[in-house]
Amino acid sequence: MKTILFLLRKEFLQIFRNRVIVVMIFVMPIIQLLILANAADYEVRNLVLQVVDQDQTTYSRQLIGHFAASNYFLLEGMPASAKKGTVAIARDEADLVLDIPNGFERNLLRDGAAALHLNINAINGVKAGLANSYAQAIIRDFNQEIRSGIVGTTQWLPSYRYWYNPEMDYYTFMVPGILVLLVTLVGMFLSGLNIVKEKEIGTIEQINVSPIRKSQFVIGKLLPFWLIALVELAIGLFAGWLVFSIPIVGSLGLVFGFAALYLLAVLGIGLFISTITETQQQAMFISWFFLVIFILMSGLFTPIESMPDWARAITRLNPVAYFVDVIRLVLLKGSDWWAIRWQMLAMGGFAIVINAAAMLNYRKRG
Amino acid sequence: MRSLFHIIQKEVWHILRDRRTLLILFGMPIMQILLFGFAITNEIKEADVAILDRAHDEHSHALTERLIASEYFIFAANIRSEQELENLFQQGDIKLGIIFPKDWFASAGLQIIADATDPNTATTLVNYTQAIVADYLRDQQTVTQVPPRQIHTELRMLYNQELASVFMFVPGVMTIILMLVSAMMTSIALTREKELGTMEVLLVSPLRPVFIILGKVAPYVILSMINTALILLLSVWVFAMPIRGSLLLLFGESLLFVLTALALGIFISTRTDSQQVAMLFSLMVLMLPTILLSGFIFPIESMPLPLQMISNIIPAKWFIIIIKDVMLKGVGMAYIWEETLIMAGMFLIFTLLSIRNFNIRLSS
Repeated sequence: MKTILFLLRKEFLQIFRNRVIVVMIFVMPIIQLLILANAADYEVRNLVLQVVDQDQTTYSRQLIGHFAASNYFLLEGMPASAKKGTVAIARDEADLVLDIPNGFERNLLRDGAAALHLNINAINGVKAGLANSYAQAIIRDFNQEIRSGIVGTTQWLPSYRYWYNPEMDYYTFMVPGILVLLVTLVGMFLSGLNIVKEKEIGTIEQINVSPIRKSQFVIGKLLPFWLIALVELAIGLFAGWLVFSIPIVGSLGLVFGFAALYLLAVLGIGLFISTITETQQQAMFISWFFLVIFILMSGLFTPIESMPDWARAITRLNPVAYFVDVIRLVLLKGSDWWAIRWQMLAMGGFAIVINAAAMLNYRKRG
Repeated sequence: MRSLFHIIQKEVWHILRDRRTLLILFGMPIMQILLFGFAITNEIKEADVAILDRAHDEHSHALTERLIASEYFIFAANIRSEQELENLFQQGDIKLGIIFPKDWFASAGLQIIADATDPNTATTLVNYTQAIVADYLRDQQTVTQVPPRQIHTELRMLYNQELASVFMFVPGVMTIILMLVSAMMTSIALTREKELGTMEVLLVSPLRPVFIILGKVAPYVILSMINTALILLLSVWVFAMPIRGSLLLLFGESLLFVLTALALGIFISTRTDSQQVAMLFSLMVLMLPTILLSGFIFPIESMPLPLQMISNIIPAKWFIIIIKDVMLKGVGMAYIWEETLIMAGMFLIFTLLSIRNFNIRLSS
C-alpha cells in the first residue's frame, strides 16, 4: 500500500511538472468542448439557392417568394439561364438551382400541369436529401395554395410530440457525447504513452529491478489517469451545464459510477497497447487506429441503427458506444441503474477481460 | 547532396524497421475507407418503434402493418400503457412510439411520440411516419381524381445520383490520413531525435540543418503519396467513385497538401521538446479541428460565424474542396486556383515560421 502511494506521488509529480501536459489535460478539453459542440451540428440550414426565372409571371414570383421566406434557403442570385445556374453549382456558389421554365403559369392554368426543374449539388448526400425535401415541401405548399378554392380536399395529419428535448436543441444531444470523447482521449492515450515512455527512455529497467510488484506498478500508472479523467468529466459536465445548459435529468452519481467502470476498460486498453509496443510512436498510432474505429462506430456522430447487421454486432464490443449510449440515457432521459443494467454488466466484463489480458501480457522486463 | 541521400536512407530504415507502425499506416486508410463505405451512414432507417394500440380495429392493424413494412421502421413491441412507453425510451430500446387512441380514425387522433434526444433522427422519423399515414389516408379515400393544377418537379442530383455517403467521406478520410502521416508522424519523428538526444549528434555533424530536416521528411512524402494512391484505388474499385477530373492535377494538389502538412509538422517539432507534447499537440490542434472543422463530417455553413472563420485557416478545408471539385465535378485549375493559392500561401508561411524557429542549439 505504501509503495503504491509513493508511485502515485511520483506519477503526479511527473505529470504536473510538465506544464504543457497540464494545459492539455485541463484547458484543451474545455476549449474542445466549446468548439466541438458548436461545430458538430448536423442541422442543415442556409442552403444557398439560385432561381432561374424564365417565366416572369405572378405565379413564378409567388413561388420564389415562398422560397425566399423559408428559413432553410438563402436566395442568392437569379442567373439568366439554366446553364449559368449549373456553372454556379460547379463553382460552389449555389447548393441548388431552381429553374422555372417559360410558360409555367400558362401551362398550369391551361393544361392543369406544369414542370419545374430542380438541380441539387449531391456530393453531400445528406444535405442534398434534406434540400430536396425542404424544396418539395415548399412546392407542395405552393401547389395547395394555387389550388385552394378549387377542391376542398382537406387531410388531417397525426399530431406528434418530441419527448426529452422538446426544443430540439442539438447541443443537448451532442455535448454529452463529446464529453465521452474527451474523457476517452485522456484515458486511452496518456496511460498507454506513459508506460511506453518509461520503456523508451529506459527508466522501466530501474523499476523492474526494484522490489515494486507488477500489480503495484500498474495501479500506480493507471490510478492517476483514472482520477484525472474523472475530474475532467466533472469539469466538462459543469461547463456543459453552464454554457449549453444541458439538462441533467438522471443521477450524476450513476453517470460517474458508469464513467469509473468505463475508464477501467479504457485504461485497460491503453495498458494492453503499452505491453505490445516499444516506442511512443507505435503506441500512439495503434491507439489512434483503434480510437478512430471506436469513435466512428460509437453512435456519437452517426446513428448505430442505420448500420448493417454485421457492423452493429461489432459495436457490441465497443466500449465507447456503451458510454455514449449510457450518458445520453441517464443525463437526458433520467434512466435509472435498472434501465442500464446490461450496459453496466457489459462494461464490467469488458474491463475485467482487457485488464486481465494486459496483466498477463505484461512482463517485468524492458 | 550525397549526405542528404544518406539521411533519407537512414530515415527510411527507421520507418521500415518499425513494422507495427507501418502496418497501421497502411491498414488505417483501408480500414477507414471500408468502414465509411460499408458501415457508417447518415441515413436513418430501421428505427425501433413501439405500438400502443387502443383501437384494435381494421385501420390500426393495416396502418401498423404498413409502417413496419417500410424500410424505416422495425417493430419493437406492442405496449399497453404510456408508462411502458416511457420505460422503453429510458432503456434506449425504441426511437418512436405510436399511439392509436380508441376511435382514432374517425377523430383524427393518431399520436406520434419521438425520442428527441437526437433532434435530427426525431424530425426525420416523424416526417416518415406522417408521410406513411398521409399515404394510407389517401388510399382510403374512395374518389380517385387527378387534382388540377399539378406541379411536377424534375429533380437532378448532380455529381452523386444515388446520394452515396461514401462520396462525401472519401475526400475527408484522405485528408485525415495525409495529415496524420505528414504532420503528426514528422513532428513525432523529429522530436523523438530531440528527446533521445540523437538530434545533437546530427547537428554537430557536418550536415547542414536544412538537409537534416529535408532528409527526415522526404520519406514521409513518399509514404503519403502511396497512401493517396491506395485510397483512390479503393474508392474507385470498391465504391465505384468516379475520378472525373485530371488524375495528374489530383496528385499535384495532394502533394501540395502533403507539403503544407509537413511544414506544419516541422513547425510543431521546433516548438516542442518531448514526443508526448508533440503528439498531444498534433492531436488536439491538428487532428480534431481537421476532422471537425474542415467540412468533412459537419457542414461548415451550419456553424456559427466564429467557427466558420476559424475553418478558413485549416488547410484541410481547402484541400477537401479541391478533391471534391477535381474528383467529382471534374473541373480544372480554372475553378480551383483560389484554393490552391491559399494552400500554397499556408505552405510558405509554415515553412518560414519553422526556419525562424529552428534552433541549432537544443539545450540553452
